[in-house]
Amino acid sequence: MKNTKKIISFIVVMTMILALCSVSAFAAEGETFKIGGIGPLTGGAAIYGNAAMNGAQIAVDEINALGGVQFEFNAQDDTGVAETSVNAYNSLKDWGVQAIVGTVTTAPCISVSAEAYSDRIFMLTPSASSTDVIADKDNMYQVCFTDPNQGIASADYMAENYPDAQIAIIYKNDDAYSQGIRDTFASEAESKGLTVVYEGTFTEDTQTDFSVQVAAAQAAGADMVFLPIYYTPASVILTQANAIGYEPTFFGVDGMDGILSVEGFDASLAEGVMLLTPFSADAEDERTQNFVAAYNDLYGETPNQFAADGYDAMYILYAALQEAGCTPDMSAQDICEALVGVMPTISVDGLTGQGMTWSATGEVSKAPMAVVIKDGVYVLPEAAE
Amino acid sequence: MKNMKKSTKTDFATYAGVTAAFLIMYALQRGGHLTSSISGQLVPICCFIVMAVSLNLVVGISGELSLGHAGFMSVGAFGGIIAAQSLAGAIPSAPLRLIVALVVGALCATVVGFVVGVPVLRLRGDYLAIVTLAFGQIIKDLINCLLVGYDSHGLHIVFNISGLKSINDLHLEETGKAIIKGAQGAVGVTKIASFPAGFILVMITLVVILNLVRSRTGRAIMAIRDNRIAAESVGLNITKYKLMAFVISAAMAGAAGALYGLNYGSLVASRFDFNTSILVLVYVVLGGLGNIWGSIIATVVLYMLPEALRQFSDYRMLVYAIILILVMLVTNNAQLKALLGKLIPHKKEAAGNE
Repeated sequence: MKNTKKIISFIVVMTMILALCSVSAFAAEGETFKIGGIGPLTGGAAIYGNAAMNGAQIAVDEINALGGVQFEFNAQDDTGVAETSVNAYNSLKDWGVQAIVGTVTTAPCISVSAEAYSDRIFMLTPSASSTDVIADKDNMYQVCFTDPNQGIASADYMAENYPDAQIAIIYKNDDAYSQGIRDTFASEAESKGLTVVYEGTFTEDTQTDFSVQVAAAQAAGADMVFLPIYYTPASVILTQANAIGYEPTFFGVDGMDGILSVEGFDASLAEGVMLLTPFSADAEDERTQNFVAAYNDLYGETPNQFAADGYDAMYILYAALQEAGCTPDMSAQDICEALVGVMPTISVDGLTGQGMTWSATGEVSKAPMAVVIKDGVYVLPEAAE
Repeated sequence: MKNMKKSTKTDFATYAGVTAAFLIMYALQRGGHLTSSISGQLVPICCFIVMAVSLNLVVGISGELSLGHAGFMSVGAFGGIIAAQSLAGAIPSAPLRLIVALVVGALCATVVGFVVGVPVLRLRGDYLAIVTLAFGQIIKDLINCLLVGYDSHGLHIVFNISGLKSINDLHLEETGKAIIKGAQGAVGVTKIASFPAGFILVMITLVVILNLVRSRTGRAIMAIRDNRIAAESVGLNITKYKLMAFVISAAMAGAAGALYGLNYGSLVASRFDFNTSILVLVYVVLGGLGNIWGSIIATVVLYMLPEALRQFSDYRMLVYAIILILVMLVTNNAQLKALLGKLIPHKKEAAGNE
C-alpha cells in the first residue's frame, strides 16, 4: 500500500511541476520582430546587465516610435551564470525569439552562443568582449571591442606617449575580461619594450581592500598603474592610493567608464585618470545628448558604456534587418542566415563609434578613444595639457 | 511483496519512480512536447539530483556537515572536461567519451576527497564543516591558476601561481587547443552530455548509495552517527566508515560535475562557489536528512522553481525565498502533520521507519 502511495504521489508531483512550467509557447507572429535580451539583471553583475538592457529598451522605444518596423523586446535575467543564461535562452526560444541582443557578460555568452549556433539564431552581444565568444561561430557578432584589441591598444598608446613609464598592473585574476586584457597587454608591452615593474591580482572575494597591491606598486616605483578592471574596484584603488599619498597616472579600459558616478566615491580622486573608452556621456553630439537625457529621465542615472552598447546593439540589429529585407513573419533561422549575409557589408553610426563595420568573424572595427578625466568630465588628452 | 522489508520496498519504489519519471520525460522530449526551457533543464537536474543524493550520504546518513560539496563537483567537472576534450580524437564516439569523462571526473574527485577526508575525519566535532568550507574556496582559486592545453604531444599543464603566465606559456602547436584558460575557465567545450546519460548516472548513484545504506557498512555508518562512543565500544573503526561515506559521496559529486561541465559550452570555476554548496545542502535539508527520495523530489522542485517563476522577473528570487520559508514552516507544522496523519493512516507507523 505504502509503495503505491509513494509512486502515485511522485507521479502527481511530476505532473504538477509539468503543469506549472509548461507556459504556452508561440504567441501571435507576423506583426513585430521578437527580440530577446539576456543579461544579469540581478546579482553581482546586475549594474552591467541592467544598463545594457535599459539602453536597448530606449532604442526599441525610439525605433517603434519611428513607425515602420516594430520591435518587441523581452529581457531575461541570467544572474551572470552560464547555466542560468542557457535557461534564459531556452525560455526566450519558447517565447518565439527571432534574434538576441546578449549575453552581456563573457562566460555565459560563450555557453549561449554555442547553443544559438546549433539552433541558428542570430546573436549580437553588446559587451561580451572575449574572442572565445565569436570563435568558430558565424552568427555571433560583437558591439564592443575584443579583449586583445583593448590590451594591445592600451600598450600601443602607452608606448607612443609614455615610453619610459614604470608600469604596474592590478587585475582581477578570476575574471575572464580582466585576465584577457592583462594577457594581451603584457605580451604587447613586452614587444614594445615597456617596463612592467609590478603585477598585483585580486579576486571577486578580495575586491574590497587593495592596500597591499597599492603599497606594492608604490614600493616598486611605478608611475603608471594599468587597471584593466571594472570601475567599482577601481574606485577603491583610487581611494586607497590617495590615502597613502601615492599619485601615479591611472590608466583604465572600457570597464573604467562609470567611475564618476560611483556612489560614495569622491569623484575628484579620479582627476587625471586616463581611459580607453568608446563612449563618453559628456560627448557634445546631439545623439549622445538625447540618449543621456532619455536615460536620465527613465532610470534616474547617467548611462555608462554598457547602456550605450545595448542601445547601439539594437540599432545595429535594426539596420541589419532592414538591409537584409527581413520581415517579422520570417523564422529565426531564415533571419539568422539573412543577417549573417549582410553583417560584414553594413556600416552603422552609433554612440560608441562612427562608421562601425564588422568582419565575417563577428569582430567590430571602430576606433578606441583615449580620454582623460579633467574637472569631472572626459576630455581628449591634448586638451588636458 | 509481502515478505519484503519495508526499506526494500521503499528502495524499489524509488527506482521505479525515477525510471517512470525518466520514461515520461524522455518520451515527451522525443515527441517534441516539451518546451525548450524544460528540455534544457533536464541534464542539470540529473546532475543536481546526484549531488543532493550524494551529499545526503554525508550529511544525513553519516551525520557530518560538509560545506564544500561544490568543490568536488568542480574537480570532477574540470577533470571530465580535460579528459573529454583531449580524447576527442582518440575516441570519436561521444557516448563512450562521456563515460570515460565521467569516470575520470569521479576518480579525480575520489582522490581529492580522500586527501581532504583522511586527516579531518579522525577528529570529532565540526571540523569537517570548517575544512570543506575552506576546501571549496581553495579549489576555486587553484583552478583559476590552471592552464591546460592539448596538442599532438599530449597534455600541457602549467600552474600559474604567480599570475604572470598566460596561455602562450603552454607552447602549444599550431593545431593544439587550449582547454582551460585559468580565470577564463574552460571554453569551447563540445557538448556531449545527454538526458539518458544523466538518468543512468542518477540510477547508478541510487543503487550504490541505497545498497550501501542497507548493508552492514551502512548500519555501521549510521551507528557512528547515532552514538559514537557506543559504536567505538563494539569495535567499529570510526575513521574508516566515515571516510568511506565521504569518499563515495565525493566520487558521485565528481561524476555529476563531469556531466554538468560537458553540458555547456563554457565553464568557470566561480560557478562552484560557496553558494552552490549551500544550494545543494538546501535540497538535502528540505528533502529530509537521510531521506533519499525526498532529496530527489526537493531537487527537481527547487531547481525548476526559479525558472518557472520567470514571469516575476526581478522579484523571482524573492518569491523563491518566500516559498522556501513557507515550505519549511509547513513541513514542520505539528497541526498539519497531525492532520496528514489522520488523512493517511499509514503515515504514523511509517514515521518511525524512515
